[in-house]
Amino acid sequence: MNIRRIWRLLAVLLVFGLVAASCGNDDDDVSEPAPAPATEAPAPEPEPTEAPAPAELQEVSLQLQWVPQSQFAGYFAARDLGFYEDVGLDVTIIDGAVDIVPATVLDSGGADFAISWVPRGLVPREEGLNITNIAQVFQRSGTLQVSFVDAGIAGPADLEGKLVGNWGFGNEFELLAGLNSVGLDPQSDVTLVQQDFNMTALVLGDIDAAQAMIYNEYAQVLETINPETGELFQPEDFSVIDWNDVGTAMLQDAIWADADKLETDAEYRDIAVRFVEASLRGWIHCRDNFDECVDIVVGASPPFGGPAHQAWMMNEINALIWPSPGGVGVMDQALYDQTIDVATSQGILQAAPDAGAFRTDIAAEAIANLEAAGHDVYGNDFARRTVEVKEGGN
Amino acid sequence: MPATDTMAETEDPLVREHRLRQQAAHETRRDTTVRIIRQTVTFVVFMGLLAALYAGYKEVGQAIDDRQHDWPVVGSVLPRTDDLTMPPIGKIIGQFGETPGGEDQIYVLILLDEALFTLREAFAGFMVGLVIGMAIALALAQWRRLEQGLLPFVIASQTIPLIAIAPIIVIWGRKNFDVFPWEWQDWMSVSIIATYLTFFPVAVNGLRGLQSPRPENQELMESYAANWAQTLWRLRLPASLPYLFAALKIAATASIVGAIVGEISSGVVGGLGRRILREAFNYTTGPDRLFASVLGAAALGIFVYLVVTGLERLVVGRQDKGATA
Repeated sequence: MNIRRIWRLLAVLLVFGLVAASCGNDDDDVSEPAPAPATEAPAPEPEPTEAPAPAELQEVSLQLQWVPQSQFAGYFAARDLGFYEDVGLDVTIIDGAVDIVPATVLDSGGADFAISWVPRGLVPREEGLNITNIAQVFQRSGTLQVSFVDAGIAGPADLEGKLVGNWGFGNEFELLAGLNSVGLDPQSDVTLVQQDFNMTALVLGDIDAAQAMIYNEYAQVLETINPETGELFQPEDFSVIDWNDVGTAMLQDAIWADADKLETDAEYRDIAVRFVEASLRGWIHCRDNFDECVDIVVGASPPFGGPAHQAWMMNEINALIWPSPGGVGVMDQALYDQTIDVATSQGILQAAPDAGAFRTDIAAEAIANLEAAGHDVYGNDFARRTVEVKEGGN
Repeated sequence: MPATDTMAETEDPLVREHRLRQQAAHETRRDTTVRIIRQTVTFVVFMGLLAALYAGYKEVGQAIDDRQHDWPVVGSVLPRTDDLTMPPIGKIIGQFGETPGGEDQIYVLILLDEALFTLREAFAGFMVGLVIGMAIALALAQWRRLEQGLLPFVIASQTIPLIAIAPIIVIWGRKNFDVFPWEWQDWMSVSIIATYLTFFPVAVNGLRGLQSPRPENQELMESYAANWAQTLWRLRLPASLPYLFAALKIAATASIVGAIVGEISSGVVGGLGRRILREAFNYTTGPDRLFASVLGAAALGIFVYLVVTGLERLVVGRQDKGATA
């Protein structure tokens, strides 16, 4: 009797396993198409010509700081439009996530390159990670502190005595420095409140001012229905503190690479130049082909916000990059110094980093190649467009 | 009753036995149907009550809030009742049938797709966890010394927070798991996290189950000169089944939790964890979708629990019999 039970258990498990195995295969077919066509679709095209026989592509991986969205449009464009292929690279883009620190992934060899905010790269670097910033893509900071206009918060000084939301985890440095800059003590003169990565607390009135990225959460609140009017919230409903204006902005998205490997491995350095070149070409393309890039992002594994939200973000991201007075991807020394000032004065960094924290030679080579190919790497005549805001970002 | 008795006396004993057996089987089948119906009704009624409680509190709370602006109990002492904090229940349910912007399927089908993805991660992890857990249980049951030495480590393994190990496993998976004959994919790293949560209850309960036969049963096996494998096969393993299934119920739901948490912290695309992360981010503009996706995750947990319970009935028989066997 008992024996029979065990046989029955084994039989059931076997059947279960077989079912699951076949299920698994099914799932592969269903869930794979997202990445598969991207890599396999181009393959059939060269077949008819047969002649070019593209040289073996080198496999390279890029770790993003967060999930696919227009913030990373340039890289997705470079991948989907074949810019990486043009320079002989087959690039895999890896999503970020809640507990993924791009700098750590890069240092541990989990990716060949990584996108990270400058402070979030420099702090682990000071702690011993062997990484360096090879292209400073964003020339401005996208962080805001947003409040309802009737709260009367026009500048950092008005935050005194208020409930000030922030995301913590290293997202609050500009705010803290901004408070310091007007003589406020973040510990005693304001109440800092841990805020979720959305604007719910502000809309509910739980906090007086909310942290927001100009390209993300600020759009989100504009995509929300104002319960009092039944219409979407309007920009006039809010006052916005922009840390670029206050002078405590810190540099954000940059491309990071393995520092030692760049010195010792000539092939890796060569790949880095080509990778940066194709990536920046992606960003140039997104500046000049707005709608196409929004479509590419929306088509990448589903972004968190809908098409209208991605369009808003694409516009604002472009404005963080362009114009690039020194050329796209080139470090703005003044803003770098300001970033280091804020970081050291806030105790985020123990000391100013050594000269190896960033290098400009790779971006310079990449830009030279791009200019030689006739691309505008400065975007001096860039102008923000007007993007229609839709409820829920859809 | 007396009537059947007199009838039975005139009946051929073999025919009678056959008849009684059929009758018993029929009753068992009917019992099962009745039980399933009863449980379903209870579940639906209970869900209805919960929904009514939610809607009622929201209704009452809003009425109080409307009347007493100066001293709102609701929202300070008790949770707030506005639509952003507590989306109307109709909207949450209705969300299942709606097609979110940028998608081409209704929400419930999207959730089903993603639930299958998460289920695959959880199931792979569960099966590996079952094997590892049983291996540990067998080893510990065999060598008592090992139990004292190894068990603390098994327990300690469960005190390491998941969010600490999830990114490590994902990075290892990309870098170091080339030893496997198949190409390592990120969802398999999530499965490892599910394994991590699964093996523990199996090991602990499996050990208890393997040790559960009474000494006289053990002695009986010895008197038959049964070897280790025979004792295991005919005595210990069967005796461990009720304990094992108690563990499997915990392990099955834990594997789902592990898969969801693993997805969230490691950035694996395609499952319910990713969905919940996404809806949390979009909470300001669509709070009902977060509620709906969490209900979807709960439904998946209930589903795997029911599957294990069903297996238990199939393998061990009804619980009350299993306990006395």
